[in-house]
Amino acid sequence: MISKRVFLGALLSAAMVVGASAGQAAEKKTKVGFVYVGPIGDHGWSYQHNVGRIAIANTFGDQVKTTYVESVPEGADAARVITKLARSGHKLIFTTSFGYMNPTLKVAKRFPNVKFEHATGFKRSKNVSTYSARFYEGRHVVGLIAGKMTKSNIIGYVASFPIPEVIRGINATFLAARSVNPKVKIKIVWVSTWFDPGKEADAAKALIAQGADIIMQHTDSPAPLQQAQKNKVWAVGQASDMVSFGPKAQLTAIIDNWNAYYIQRTKAVLDGTWKSQDVWGGFKSGMVQLAPYNKAIPADVVALAEKAKEGIFNGTVHPFAGPIKNQAGKIVVPAGQNASDKMLAGMNFYVEGIDGSIPK
Amino acid sequence: MPEWIVPALLTIITASTPLVFAAIGEIVVEKSGVLNLGIEGMMIVGAIFAFGVGVTTGSATLAILAGAIGGAAMAFLFGFLTLYLLSNQVATGLALTIFGLGFSALLGHGFVGKTFPGLPRLEIPFLSDIPFIGPLLFGHDILVYASVVAVALVTYMLTKTRTGLLIRAVGENHFAAHSIGYSVNKIRMACVLFGGAMAGLGGSYLSLAYTPLWVENMTAGRGWIALALVVFASWKAWRAFFGAYLFGGITIIQLHAQGFGVEIAPQFLAMLPYLATIVVLVLISSDSSRARLNAPACLGRSFHASG
Repeated sequence: MISKRVFLGALLSAAMVVGASAGQAAEKKTKVGFVYVGPIGDHGWSYQHNVGRIAIANTFGDQVKTTYVESVPEGADAARVITKLARSGHKLIFTTSFGYMNPTLKVAKRFPNVKFEHATGFKRSKNVSTYSARFYEGRHVVGLIAGKMTKSNIIGYVASFPIPEVIRGINATFLAARSVNPKVKIKIVWVSTWFDPGKEADAAKALIAQGADIIMQHTDSPAPLQQAQKNKVWAVGQASDMVSFGPKAQLTAIIDNWNAYYIQRTKAVLDGTWKSQDVWGGFKSGMVQLAPYNKAIPADVVALAEKAKEGIFNGTVHPFAGPIKNQAGKIVVPAGQNASDKMLAGMNFYVEGIDGSIPK
Repeated sequence: MPEWIVPALLTIITASTPLVFAAIGEIVVEKSGVLNLGIEGMMIVGAIFAFGVGVTTGSATLAILAGAIGGAAMAFLFGFLTLYLLSNQVATGLALTIFGLGFSALLGHGFVGKTFPGLPRLEIPFLSDIPFIGPLLFGHDILVYASVVAVALVTYMLTKTRTGLLIRAVGENHFAAHSIGYSVNKIRMACVLFGGAMAGLGGSYLSLAYTPLWVENMTAGRGWIALALVVFASWKAWRAFFGAYLFGGITIIQLHAQGFGVEIAPQFLAMLPYLATIVVLVLISSDSSRARLNAPACLGRSFHASG
């Protein structure tokens, strides 16, 4: 989830809008600022972060005042926007895109009394925390459902760029699907973009024409899901509940939910207990959620999915539990162990059973 | 014959149609001596106009009409600024794209998440049922046929008619055209409006038929591809048609190839059409007489009667 933000940000910089800053807050209100890379109407990434902002506003009412700036390009503009927020009295600032990493740290140095939260990055400091979500936990559950629901035994996967996050998702899906259906295969089509509804739809059409009866995606638009609906096959929504685009097709959707985390961090600032930390949350933290299951999914499959979700929640199930072999048949995670966070963060191989190779 | 071939070919038609519209329109604009780089902006505004009207009224006809009007309205803005206020065409065109992306996002705010049933297919009894050829030739929506007709009409208009001659005259030498009494700017404005309407239709096809939904920036660079196609086609409508299908074909075939596990770097295939454009550019500019034959001599130059 990196380069789409650069792209969207650059294109939409002209449409940059500074919102909700009207009216000076009363002294007592704690100001919380947000920087988004896309428009809040993207129905995906930035949209979900804005849902989190609204959750803060609803929870704390008069105690806090939230501000957001949308469509901020990564780079020099970002530093300027973050500085402006810090200077105008914001005590907590969420910078919600990978490319804001260095600008956030730079500004944070100059404002030691302001707390910063940077999404998906890996550099921290005394007043900069990082947070991200374990979307692969959701992929595990939808993989189980897909393995059970497919009739053609072909899962189609519309992929964006071969970065660890995307590869992790493919592997998690496939391992789970194979565990319940030894015949299942996965067909992957790389579209080399995060966002191009037409091309994403074309990829979905190609996969459906080649026999896939379940469409999954790691791109941002609802177009693949819409194609699945049109061709009467299943699909899984991405980032937000996309059910309105494919009410019959959507099995469920993996939802990014930042609400609980945002509320918790705001509270920490209000209490004075905020500390720099690194959070990689999944089902347990509520960062990853699933949309309501499609009514057409049989009860036993729902039960299987719920059991897996609960297991991940309790720590008894790990989507990357050994033994896991790579495509060459070499054991990469021994039996009885789980893949380490380090391996997950840098995952650059397909697991055994996936055909083809990762584009270089 | 494998089952996937017909769907693959059908997808190529869908992928190519918006490019055909936008490129054909731009050819007419450039033939009249105006360089409009704002295709992307006109397409996206056409897309939201069409989608908005389509969802609100439920009428496909009105939606298509609105898309064309949206594109033409943007083109009017461009034409007014560059032809009558003599602003720089390149800068104005780029600004038109940026403005169009922002403006469409504003208009589309309330339409995110809505869906449109898509355009009706024109099925012809019996003919549509012929295996292989039937689904390929018949049963498309009206815009697909309109794009083919537009190519034929524009080719005929530019090469065989008096109107075409006039357009080429103002594009090749606006002073000569002016001195024999033709209004250069009126002719250019008409061409610019036509180009805008065609770009708007291309955008409408995206939001009504290709992926019947609205999301910001859904044109995703297709306006720029259309612009490249104009050069690739060396300002000939039928070549632009061929180029659009070649481009659409390569895109779709590489997606299918990946599904079959053929290992060609997708990035390489994504690059091919642009590479082809550069090669054509080099070829036509390597020979000055050929370049003169193809590119309109007054392309990108403003006209003012004072000279």
